[in-house]
Amino acid sequence: MALPVAFFALFFAWPVAAIVARGLKVDGAWRFGRIADVVAQPDIRHVLWFTTWQALASTALTLLLALPAAYVFARLDFPGKQVLRAVVTVPFVLPTVVAGSAFLAVVGRRGLLDQLWGVRLDTTVWAILLAHVFFNFAVVVRTVGGLWAQLDPRQEEAARMLGTSPLTAWRKVTLPALAPAVAAAALMVFLFTFTSFGVVQILGGPTFSTLEVEIYRQTSEVFDLSTAAVLTLVQFAAVGAILAVHAWTVRRRETALRLVDAAVTARRPRGAGQWALLAGVVLTIALLLVLPLAVLVRRSLDAPGLGYYRALTRSDGGTFLVAPVHAVWTSLQYAVAATAIAVVIGGLAAAALARRDAGRLVRGFDALLMLPLGVSAVTVGFGFLIALDEPPLDLRQSWILVPLAQSLVGAPFVVRTMLPVLRAVDARLREAAAVLGASPWRVWREVDLPLVRRALLVAAGFAFAVSLGEFGATVFIARPDNPTLPVAVARLLSRPGDLNYGQAMALSTILMVVCAAALLILERLRTDRTGEF
Amino acid sequence: MQNKTFVAVAVGLGLISLSACGSGDGKSSADSKTVTLVSHNSWAISKKVQRDFEKRSGYKLRVLKDGDAGQAVNKAILTKGNPQGDVFFGVDNSLLSRALDNGLFQPYTAKGLDKVGASYQLDKDKHRATPVDHGDICVNYDKAWFSEHKLTPPRTFADLVKPAYKNLLVTENAATSSPGLGFLLGSAAAYGDDGWQDYWKKLKANGVKVVDGWEQAYTQEFSGSTGGKEAGGDRPLVVSYASSPPAEVLYAKKRPSTAPTGVATATCFRQIEFAGLLGNAKNPEGAKAFLDFLISKEFQEDMPVNMYVYPVVQGAEVPAEFTEYGPAAENPETMAPEKIAANRDQWVKSWTSLVLK
Repeated sequence: MALPVAFFALFFAWPVAAIVARGLKVDGAWRFGRIADVVAQPDIRHVLWFTTWQALASTALTLLLALPAAYVFARLDFPGKQVLRAVVTVPFVLPTVVAGSAFLAVVGRRGLLDQLWGVRLDTTVWAILLAHVFFNFAVVVRTVGGLWAQLDPRQEEAARMLGTSPLTAWRKVTLPALAPAVAAAALMVFLFTFTSFGVVQILGGPTFSTLEVEIYRQTSEVFDLSTAAVLTLVQFAAVGAILAVHAWTVRRRETALRLVDAAVTARRPRGAGQWALLAGVVLTIALLLVLPLAVLVRRSLDAPGLGYYRALTRSDGGTFLVAPVHAVWTSLQYAVAATAIAVVIGGLAAAALARRDAGRLVRGFDALLMLPLGVSAVTVGFGFLIALDEPPLDLRQSWILVPLAQSLVGAPFVVRTMLPVLRAVDARLREAAAVLGASPWRVWREVDLPLVRRALLVAAGFAFAVSLGEFGATVFIARPDNPTLPVAVARLLSRPGDLNYGQAMALSTILMVVCAAALLILERLRTDRTGEF
Repeated sequence: MQNKTFVAVAVGLGLISLSACGSGDGKSSADSKTVTLVSHNSWAISKKVQRDFEKRSGYKLRVLKDGDAGQAVNKAILTKGNPQGDVFFGVDNSLLSRALDNGLFQPYTAKGLDKVGASYQLDKDKHRATPVDHGDICVNYDKAWFSEHKLTPPRTFADLVKPAYKNLLVTENAATSSPGLGFLLGSAAAYGDDGWQDYWKKLKANGVKVVDGWEQAYTQEFSGSTGGKEAGGDRPLVVSYASSPPAEVLYAKKRPSTAPTGVATATCFRQIEFAGLLGNAKNPEGAKAFLDFLISKEFQEDMPVNMYVYPVVQGAEVPAEFTEYGPAAENPETMAPEKIAANRDQWVKSWTSLVLK
């Protein structure tokens, strides 16, 4: 418990507090009056209102479309399932500027919808909402599906035998067991969409503005740190309120569950209903997720003889001192380090939080852990600069800062994915082991670990994907070495010339493939041991 | 058994991460033989030219790219008590006052400053900021579109509000994009403090489209770029840079004989970028040597193809592609940094409510 607390205090709370204090403290005196001034502005209120409602709507829409997919991935067995599961996670790691333009190719001018039915959604709020579904689909599929696959289907079957309808059996047996995972997924999607930046800018146009965009503007452009500080506090308050609601709804529902091996719960689809559901989910994924990705791939292939890909292996001497393709290696190094940090910190935190005797303080920490998802990357980045600038903690130019910043985003995923599973482990198992003389370490290793290993791998996969695609904090931290993949893509896109554009598309395609491959390998790690427990 | 495999995998991952990251650079910034440059993401230099600097001066150059131009300046100001490096490059005339008023730089008269054109020397009394390059923010046009529609491309600000060019121009949000802000400042310089709002009312009536950033404008909406063609961009006029047409040629899949885009040469706003010696620099001597190097002929002639900007030193030659494919701006609009500093926030606010709402 001490390690995660120290980690978050040092690398999150302190930097953010430092930058907020810099904004609110003028000549040594606190100016809390600024808060009332800023919040009273009608523009700011409008932004706050839009930010909140679009996040709620996006979350609802994501749940609506992704929950059936979570079921399909958890309970049905069909060819290509693993590949498809990796594919749905790919959008999550794509730089928004790339994914945004791919998405426009479907819903925008001359997009598929436009050509078929003359429907254009760009610059409407629908484009923003659908793009949020596109990005966050995997969050629901993986978080909810991970637990769902391990729920013992015999409980629901027993209810059916006793004469309930399928819907009632699902509502009364499965849903309550799933509720914590659904709530966790909803919370993460909400936080991601609440702080949405690139999607809103690219698809919504300048008339839509979120709190995140406003904080970015005040910090990076206008350099009005006091307004930025107030907006950060407002963001804190909003995120805090959501976290409180979440904690309140979830706490009453968590119970010990019978978890079984995921491999035995999935069956071939049976009956028209299940086939139709499977077809519907596959169609949704194809239209909403695969189609935009396919557009990217096609654009990357436009030059004869894979010209864009070959260009990636050459250094142009200026913008990139090494060939852009080197970014793949840089990204992988950072992602492995960030995943390791996130899994250790998040895992320890989850283990401490899962204890039944966990006190109030510990549960408060649970909420605190989620805050990094709800805080602007620019705030954290600027905070790092002024907080971590004195020896022995002058980390500003250390390589570790990038994986640290990335793991701040990854660790909440680890906690949220592992916690429902850890809490579901029957405490009597641990007690029995302890009574039989096992040391606490051995109890953890032999009781908890085998049961949560799947969740741990799902969590590690998420942390890895988050780190691979992380853009905000990475660009806000200056490093003397080579750019990561998303940063390299953004640099290529920011220059005119079709070769730059094509290379950006090619590098994005490589990013997608690397992400999908990493996730597939993780899945493989799991299935290699199928049925051993 | 499976536990052991798992632990092995976990330990293996940990080791990989350690070894992978052990290769990160361990150089210390306090090293007196290293000079650290803090700049924005667009900084670029040829390998050979950098090696020449290192050989001649005896300092090793280390570069920190710290976000876009605005972020890099703001971060440098935030950390001025304990700077991340010794020298800063990349503050332009729209941000110069902010940097100077906050005491970002200490004075230094770079060797060779007398060869820098007088119009670029905006801090000539105190020599805190050394001019390094200039560029022009101008409206670009899609040549193919205009020849297809048998229409003469626009040349001036006044042309852009003519009915012939209705619904053709896309620009960037002045509140979030630097070319967007430059275009607004250019119009304010051309039409005066009281006239620019009227001009924008006419532009709006003539169907100007505003998107958030340069990437969306140029690679989505502009019909003359590859991205724009893919996305069905239908705006043949875009606010970009005077150096964009040569870039279209140099970064083409197959080099064309002429640039596919042109520049409306009397719609330009001049951008000048400065460098300076950071206060509290740990290696001020290295920083001074680097500032001298920035206005040396070798760097000035290398800079255009890397950063798509033009030299400020007299006698430094622009690469042939630049003169061949991109015409120079005619009498670009300029504005004093103090005036920009005094008005920019207010203008951006009025512009936002006038054009976006």
